Amino acid sequence: MKKKGRVFKYGNNVDTDVIIPARYLNTSDPQELAKHCMEDIDKDFVNKVKPGDVIVGENNFGCGSSREHAPIAIKAAGVSCVIAKTFARIFYRNSINTGLPILECEEAVNGIENGDEIEVDFKTGEIFNITKNKTYQAQAFPEFMEGIIANEGLVNHIKKNL
Amino acid sequence: MGMTMTQKILAAHAGLDKVVAGQLIEAKLDLVLGNDVTTPVAVKEFNKIGLNDVFDKNKVAIVPDHFTPNKDIKAAEQCKMIREFAYEKEIENYFEVGQMGIEHGLIPEKGLVVPGDVVIGADSHTCTYGALGAFSTGIGSTDMAAGMATGKCWFKVPSALKFVLKGKPSKWVSGKDIILHIIGMIGVDGALYKSMEFVGEGVKNLSMDDRFSMANMAIEAGGKNGIFIVDDKTIEYVKEHSIKEYTIYTADENAVYDKVYEIDLSTIRPTVAFPHLPDNTRTIDEVGEVKIDQVVIGSCTNGRIEDLRVAAKILKDKQVAKGIRVIVFPVTQKVYLQALQEGLIETFIKAGVVVSTPTCGPCLGGHMGILADGERAVATTNRNFVGRMGHPGSEVYLASPAVAAASALTGKITNPEDIA
Repeated sequence: MKKKGRVFKYGNNVDTDVIIPARYLNTSDPQELAKHCMEDIDKDFVNKVKPGDVIVGENNFGCGSSREHAPIAIKAAGVSCVIAKTFARIFYRNSINTGLPILECEEAVNGIENGDEIEVDFKTGEIFNITKNKTYQAQAFPEFMEGIIANEGLVNHIKKNL
Repeated sequence: MGMTMTQKILAAHAGLDKVVAGQLIEAKLDLVLGNDVTTPVAVKEFNKIGLNDVFDKNKVAIVPDHFTPNKDIKAAEQCKMIREFAYEKEIENYFEVGQMGIEHGLIPEKGLVVPGDVVIGADSHTCTYGALGAFSTGIGSTDMAAGMATGKCWFKVPSALKFVLKGKPSKWVSGKDIILHIIGMIGVDGALYKSMEFVGEGVKNLSMDDRFSMANMAIEAGGKNGIFIVDDKTIEYVKEHSIKEYTIYTADENAVYDKVYEIDLSTIRPTVAFPHLPDNTRTIDEVGEVKIDQVVIGSCTNGRIEDLRVAAKILKDKQVAKGIRVIVFPVTQKVYLQALQEGLIETFIKAGVVVSTPTCGPCLGGHMGILADGERAVATTNRNFVGRMGHPGSEVYLASPAVAAASALTGKITNPEDIA
């Protein structure tokens, strides 16, 4: 499974309140949430993002609230993958459980700049920077996690394997 | 190699004699919790699984607290959905407006968590119950759905940081100042994926309310859980509130910690976290002149009776500064009533403070005290991220109830020592 897209790069500690502000949590509709994704950190994000694009953050991406609306909003905005040096643990769980692929890769975060075009191979964990013609290696997902992502989340995965 | 307190609880709930950090385990759950923001997503996921019933009607708790009393039509629809789910599944511990409180004040008060329990909650501040010597952690809605379905959750066994507390905090220093000090020291990802274990002779000098407020903010250091040793105060609290059986776990003598910190509580000063991260801390002596527009005293971090008592003590027979909006949120109906009986509510109202029904409301910028562009609040809440309490151009300064109340009197961040 490979995905290709342009990078939106942010800094350390991108928190769940900027990913999806609580004032929009009176709904759990993915498309509604997607309209406000990243609004408080990057007003233009929702207008610029295209299907397949990738968010890159530094350390502790997704810190804060346990709201699953955060990975749901990112995914519904069309983002194919989030890459960071480290993730906050609840966000990590929620992303896998909702089928949003996320990769920890310090080398990639250091090498990738905002606007670069990259291709991510979830099977091998290989991140190819098309703009810079460079390859970075993240840890590939173990098989069961790949299964969860391929089935668009934990619940679908459980159902399919009942 | 011995086990930490957290590891022992997890091992027991996984049916294992021993676990080590990094090990993947499946643990039995004593309680699965959700609120009005996270439960609707969990209900949708639960229904997709296709089961008729939750694993145990007594071990699921649902508390509509974030946008309640319903702040708008969409919030009302979300609450209606979870109410119908709770009735249909005969969830014992569903707490309607009128009986409810902010979940992390309410759950211990109702006796639903006791020492040695394993609890997951679809709210990041579920780590609060570590104050009772339980393993308690925040998860998302899908994990809540899976937990309601199976009564189990998978965990990666965490390593731990040990905080050895000694001494006694000075008069105006509370658990909030201590935890802000610790977060400032280790950073917002200083405990990422780890347990924070609070031990040492200093623990006896902390009230249960102090401990709840400290365990509550373990997540603000990235922690998986925060947990306190169980002592006489814990047992007294549990006996007063619960009929559940409990188990006391203590770390092995030879337990391995990633790092050990010794903290002399007597040296800690009132501490404030500046925007926009909880680790951006300064002592009250380093704050300088920070003018404010609003003061919020309450939340799952600091809305308990001791918090209200200290605020009332500072505000008694005084008036809040002109132009400053001061809002007090008791954490539960019980605390509200107690505050009323003790005369604290009268003190607040006479001082020019508004007292609200329990709700998460302004803490997360939901309702009941939203900030405009450029406005600043001193809040006893737990997060000061960009836009947390309203407009992305507003600012939140995190502090103790004493600092917040003192600031209400002057209109700028103020040391309670200078007032009382």
